[in-house]
Amino acid sequence: MTALDLTAMRVARASNPAPLLRVDRLTKHFPLRGGILNRAKPVVQAVDGVSFAVRAGETLGIVGESGCGKSTTARLLMHLVRLDSGKIVFDGDEVGVAHGLSRRDLHRQMQMVFQDSYASLNPRLPVALSIAFGPLVHGATKSGARVRAMDLLQAVGLDPMQFANRYPHELSGGQRQRINIARALALEPRLVILDEAVSALDKSIEAQVLNLLVDLKSQFDLTYVFISHDLNVVRFMSDRVMVMYLGKVVELGPVDRIYRDPRHPYTKALLSAMPSMDPRRRATEAPLSGDPPNPINPPSGCRFRTRCAFAESVCERVPPVLELGADGRSVACHMLVAGSGHSRAAVV
Amino acid sequence: MADAPAIPLADPAETLRRAQQGKGYWRRVWKRLRQDKVTLAMAAVLVFLLIMVIFAPWFTTHDPYDGSVLRRLKPVGYPGYWLGTDEVGRDLWSRMVYGGRLSLLAGVMPVFFALLIGGFLGVLAGYAGGLINSAIMRLTDVLYAFPSILLAIAITGILGSGLQNTILALSAAFIPPIIRISESVSAQACHLDFVEAARASGSGTLMIMRYHILNNVLGPILVYATSLISIGIILAAGLSFLGLGVTPPNAEWGLMLNNLRQALWVDPVIAALPGVMIFITSMCFNLLSDGLRQAMDVRL
Repeated sequence: MTALDLTAMRVARASNPAPLLRVDRLTKHFPLRGGILNRAKPVVQAVDGVSFAVRAGETLGIVGESGCGKSTTARLLMHLVRLDSGKIVFDGDEVGVAHGLSRRDLHRQMQMVFQDSYASLNPRLPVALSIAFGPLVHGATKSGARVRAMDLLQAVGLDPMQFANRYPHELSGGQRQRINIARALALEPRLVILDEAVSALDKSIEAQVLNLLVDLKSQFDLTYVFISHDLNVVRFMSDRVMVMYLGKVVELGPVDRIYRDPRHPYTKALLSAMPSMDPRRRATEAPLSGDPPNPINPPSGCRFRTRCAFAESVCERVPPVLELGADGRSVACHMLVAGSGHSRAAVV
Repeated sequence: MADAPAIPLADPAETLRRAQQGKGYWRRVWKRLRQDKVTLAMAAVLVFLLIMVIFAPWFTTHDPYDGSVLRRLKPVGYPGYWLGTDEVGRDLWSRMVYGGRLSLLAGVMPVFFALLIGGFLGVLAGYAGGLINSAIMRLTDVLYAFPSILLAIAITGILGSGLQNTILALSAAFIPPIIRISESVSAQACHLDFVEAARASGSGTLMIMRYHILNNVLGPILVYATSLISIGIILAAGLSFLGLGVTPPNAEWGLMLNNLRQALWVDPVIAALPGVMIFITSMCFNLLSDGLRQAMDVRL
């Protein structure tokens, strides 16, 4: 590629705001351990052909039941697990290919906050050193990294003089998660993945940390990928929301529209499971029964069909495709595709 | 970031004191160790023993190899020989002090060597996992099949007796358990979230090892190694007792115990004295390692 092409690309990128992160048909199948003799190894289809984009400055929420591939998606984005296929493009550069963005560079741009605030901090390092570790890895001097850690402690609302030399077990859950956030910000990333970052906290502390996250986002010009199973929290935090079911995206769109008018039967069921404050609108029966099917052997066609009230024979045969609708949201359901063969779909 | 929300500071002197308190990990360990009287006493006994053994000529009045048929097996308190004499009339106190040199050497050196080799292999196996792990651990299992005393006997049997071979044999006997311990602690540490978080900051293996694995792994391994020292002394004594360790006329506690065994009916106190020394030393090392274990766990 010539220098001219690169310049032209940069110009094009500036004029047409391309997504900060684009993910294309991301797939991860975990093989289960089989002996030497049983050759056919079963695989867990944790993430199967997931595509989405995150625009600079927005917060993309990812929701779904346990085991639907939310966390695996996060770990794939961070390149903590090797992806089977698909590609990740960060700010126009593909990650992990020759002439693309190296893993090391990716980690400067993209950081992650883990769910378990205690396990994700080294119990034998003072928290300031845990925060300073990233800058140290990327070539900061010891004193420079320490000053940076102090600044970040201040930024996440912890008094550096008081907390810098403490050990993780001397902090409360909320304080530890603040340390984890500071650690993620230490490399001045542009995108932060929050993988159930507030799920393990008390409700009052959760609210504080969420507000902190909102403040930090505007202070440091961040883009968030916010993963949670708490629908209220996702609504509060996100601009757009992506609903996952058994390793697939079922619905993706602006948060208000999806919460007001969910299209996919799974999203509908999920949202109706939210406890309502209004006694007249209280759900009287469980909208979804049973557990999601085994991801080792997912149902053919539409993966949700085993729990869907509207499943028909076409759902069994043909996997639905995530179709971008006119209102800026994508849904993967045969009922919404004209001429799909589903009785509720419009006839062409 | 200067305009970040300021936090109301408490009394500045108090904050400074808190910021400085408990600075390093090792300073905390020392602080806790200082409050543990038993461990301190054990350490003091061991230090005293070490000084006595190193500067043996200053603590003894007789040549440990100077025997006489005329003063065989004199009891404790015999004029000029306050601990009595052994079966060939050598001063027992002098032999006890000089014997400590070899005994301690045979206890400490094998553990040190085993710690270097076994610790390296174990941490490597635990961190690398996969094929490297299987290779190292299956080889360890082969060595594990033999009880350590049997392994030591076999090795000295092949190589012949002598201090060097005793140390060599005991090192070989101690490598498998140290590999086992360091493999399991480092494999545990590697699967914790904070190692993944470190990897997520783009860190290479060496930085992760230095900042995240070693400080979590070194404590348990060191504590285990300390407890091996007492076993080392006992095994070395056992080898000498069997005639496979240090050769006479060298003074070594196990060897002395073996030689004085025949005097059991004449003077049981004298016959038991080297055993008492082995007991005191190994007990000190054991209690010391217990105390270290307590002091080194920051989470307590």
